[in-house]
Amino acid sequence: MRVELTKRSDASPLFSIASPFIALLLTMAAGVIMFLLLGKDPITGLYTYFVQPLLDTWSLEQVLVKATPLALIGIGLAICFRSGNWNIGAEGQYLIGGAFGAAIPVFLPGVDTWLLLPAMVLMGMLGGALYGAIPALLKTRFGANEILTSLMLVYVAQQLVDWLVRAPWRDPKGMGFPGTPSFPPGGQMPKLWQYADAHYGLVLAIVLAVVIWFVLSRTMKGFEIAVLGSSARAGRFAGFSAKRMTIFAFCVSGALAGLAGIAEVSGTVGKLDDKLSLGYGFSAIIVAFLGRLNPLGCLAAAFVLALTYIGGENAQIAMGISDRATRVFQGLLLFFVLASDTLIQYQIRVVRPKPDKPSQTHQPHSGPIQGRGSGSPQGKVIASAGQTEMNA
Amino acid sequence: MSADEPKLLETKGLTKVFGTLFANDKVDFDIRPGEIHALLGENGAGKSTLVKMLFGSLQPTEGVVEWRGEPVSIPSPSTARRMGIGMVFQHFSLFEALTVAENIALSMQPDVQTSQVAERARELSNQYGLPLDPYALVGDLSVGERQRIEIIRCLMQDPSLVILDEPTSVLTPQEADTLFETLFRLRDEGRAILYISHRLEEVQRLCSRATIMRHGKVVDICDPREETAATLAARMVGAELQDIRPAPVSLDAAPVVLSVRGLSLAPDNPFAVALKDINFDVHAGEVLGIAGIAGEGQGEFFSALSGEVEQLPTGGKIELSGEDLSALNISERRKKGAAFVPEERHGHGAVTGMRLTDNMLLARHKSDQDSFQSGGGLGVIVRSAIRAATDRVNAAMDVRKGAPDPNAGSLSGGNLQKFIMGRELDRQPALLVVNQPTWGVDAGAAGHIRQSLVDLAASGSAVIMISQDLDEIFSIATRIAVIAKGTLSEPTDAAKMSREAVGLLMTGQAADGGQVAA
Repeated sequence: MRVELTKRSDASPLFSIASPFIALLLTMAAGVIMFLLLGKDPITGLYTYFVQPLLDTWSLEQVLVKATPLALIGIGLAICFRSGNWNIGAEGQYLIGGAFGAAIPVFLPGVDTWLLLPAMVLMGMLGGALYGAIPALLKTRFGANEILTSLMLVYVAQQLVDWLVRAPWRDPKGMGFPGTPSFPPGGQMPKLWQYADAHYGLVLAIVLAVVIWFVLSRTMKGFEIAVLGSSARAGRFAGFSAKRMTIFAFCVSGALAGLAGIAEVSGTVGKLDDKLSLGYGFSAIIVAFLGRLNPLGCLAAAFVLALTYIGGENAQIAMGISDRATRVFQGLLLFFVLASDTLIQYQIRVVRPKPDKPSQTHQPHSGPIQGRGSGSPQGKVIASAGQTEMNA
Repeated sequence: MSADEPKLLETKGLTKVFGTLFANDKVDFDIRPGEIHALLGENGAGKSTLVKMLFGSLQPTEGVVEWRGEPVSIPSPSTARRMGIGMVFQHFSLFEALTVAENIALSMQPDVQTSQVAERARELSNQYGLPLDPYALVGDLSVGERQRIEIIRCLMQDPSLVILDEPTSVLTPQEADTLFETLFRLRDEGRAILYISHRLEEVQRLCSRATIMRHGKVVDICDPREETAATLAARMVGAELQDIRPAPVSLDAAPVVLSVRGLSLAPDNPFAVALKDINFDVHAGEVLGIAGIAGEGQGEFFSALSGEVEQLPTGGKIELSGEDLSALNISERRKKGAAFVPEERHGHGAVTGMRLTDNMLLARHKSDQDSFQSGGGLGVIVRSAIRAATDRVNAAMDVRKGAPDPNAGSLSGGNLQKFIMGRELDRQPALLVVNQPTWGVDAGAAGHIRQSLVDLAASGSAVIMISQDLDEIFSIATRIAVIAKGTLSEPTDAAKMSREAVGLLMTGQAADGGQVAA
């Protein structure tokens, strides 16, 4: 008996919806094994990670705070991935966006008008877009692999922001701690309600998710993204340019990552400091795939990922589990999401070797290979046919 | 050969099931020593499946194969070779950087010396009239010579049965003649030859028996010499095919639709063919057939006309009804009234993972912008209009599909091609450029597609049809030009062209000033 994957003639609508949930279930099952190996009670572990943060308002609010940048970046990455461009450097675009936005209050210290925040937000998006354009241009001009260049630029951005907040932009009255002076009230993203931690970045994320969902599913731009994402040649036949799309996709996803950066800087911290890089840009890759590259799905996926962050903090305090377990959870989730997506295009079949068949009649002079009759694995047959280009 | 001679190979009730599809359904087939036996059928009739089972690369679900009267199992191609079954594939598997002898030696036992192989190859090539230098690099050889390597490689095993899959699809008529002489010699030595082809005239010339398959079943076994091409085709398709006749046009009176002058295009990659100084006119109401063997610049020629090329042609002018198209991209050319159907359906003419309505939008989003898009600059897609156009095309072209709006990839080759062709015809273009319109398409769909090209021309449009199939060219082209090594011969009235003349042009003799491509 063997297990075979057979291609479906059409994508399965059931598994298109079910696959993220299957992935979540498998992640939790793997989590049980992880907790057992760590010598912890798996039920308490899963409860702490996935349920407890939902039970008190403070934790829930923290989940929303973390979901905001994850959703914004994830939506941008969904556009980029749909178009067949692999932006792995959203973390860098997020940092540069934060720095670009912070530059306004840093260079214009006395200014405090209602225009300050919109200007910072636009600058943040511009910074992210420009930083995202670098790997795009390297790809279109020189054919450099965007996965490598965008990833490497993350480390450049981290060093750059670190240097900014320690040297030229450091608050002279900051008691030697790295970080810019706190922004004036006009440069702070308003909170959702009084004394809240959650800010209007979340509203931006929801509005943008709806707008981008409409663009992707109902307009020519979304169609162009989908065509170029599946075949550059068909795209050229349609009159679309793959190179222009690469630049567009990187700039848009960079702008959204930059928006996440400035929202985080102006909404959560109130200044640019050395703790901006928390790995949101990488976790957002999981958000994009868990959300099935659908902006609305990304909102939900961002919530789930944010849950693992807060749950991880709770588990660290309550159960003494290292916060690296959170990273493991996120990694498992991405693994299972990608694996479950296979079910959309393929179905699993269990094939039993058939008992004696007429074609397996014994042949006296083919001794050594006799046993391989029609029971020989299909994969093997395909491999040997491919070698001789059997395209009859 | 006589009927009472013992059968070399026979199948009884051979069946192969893929999922729910009976690719072969109780196939009874036999072949005797010293006969050239044709296996005829449309695409998807089950010819490949049968041959793959005989050559050991597929295993039957049911049924028996008998070899020299004894039941056998053929678990792998190497077993088939050892038994004495050799196969020459349609697509070659040769290493271009190695010599002929080295390529042959690769398929033999590891302890065989290349020099011995070379000597044996030379003997065989003399014996069977297949001139070939064993020490030549494969990369320097023509397609016909490469096929000879495959044949000699097959003969090295001294096979009793030789299977040839569409051997002439890559050859010029002259090269095909040489191949036929070799096949007759092999037959006279008492070897059996199984000849797979859809070219009925060749089959009538070569074969003394033909097994005709349709929908996985053997529908007839006959002597093709006693049939006409029309009766054979009718049995393959299961219905009488309509004869297609081009509408006669008087070219002097008809206005020029497309005029190309001095078109040159530098290759954009090491494998591309450069286009050199191409000049021609296409008139309203005519089908200009562009013949040529594969890889002589057809793809580049198509891209230069469609405007898909990244860089603009280095020289020359393309004018459509007096308007210069040279600097326009494909969408702008479409808006001027041109339409294009590329050779490759999957991933070029259509996106397989997208629905037919999306594929409608793919080629017509600019030309039909007014009805397919709304919301001004927002480009909001109007699904209902696209759906209506898709339904219209599917009805006009008789596109058979399993769902109202299926993925393009789930359609058979013929139905997808009918959809792609219909998508362009539905616009009533002033100019249609089509590359290999019936490549890999079953005979029924091919007839439909050719008829629609003729009808389009008859309605006053100009059609450029690039095709490797000479039968197709001669059946519908008004004038014929030949592309060879990136140059195009002077278009000539089809009535004044013979197959031999086209064949000579295909070898590039005219273009190269008499230098013979061996």
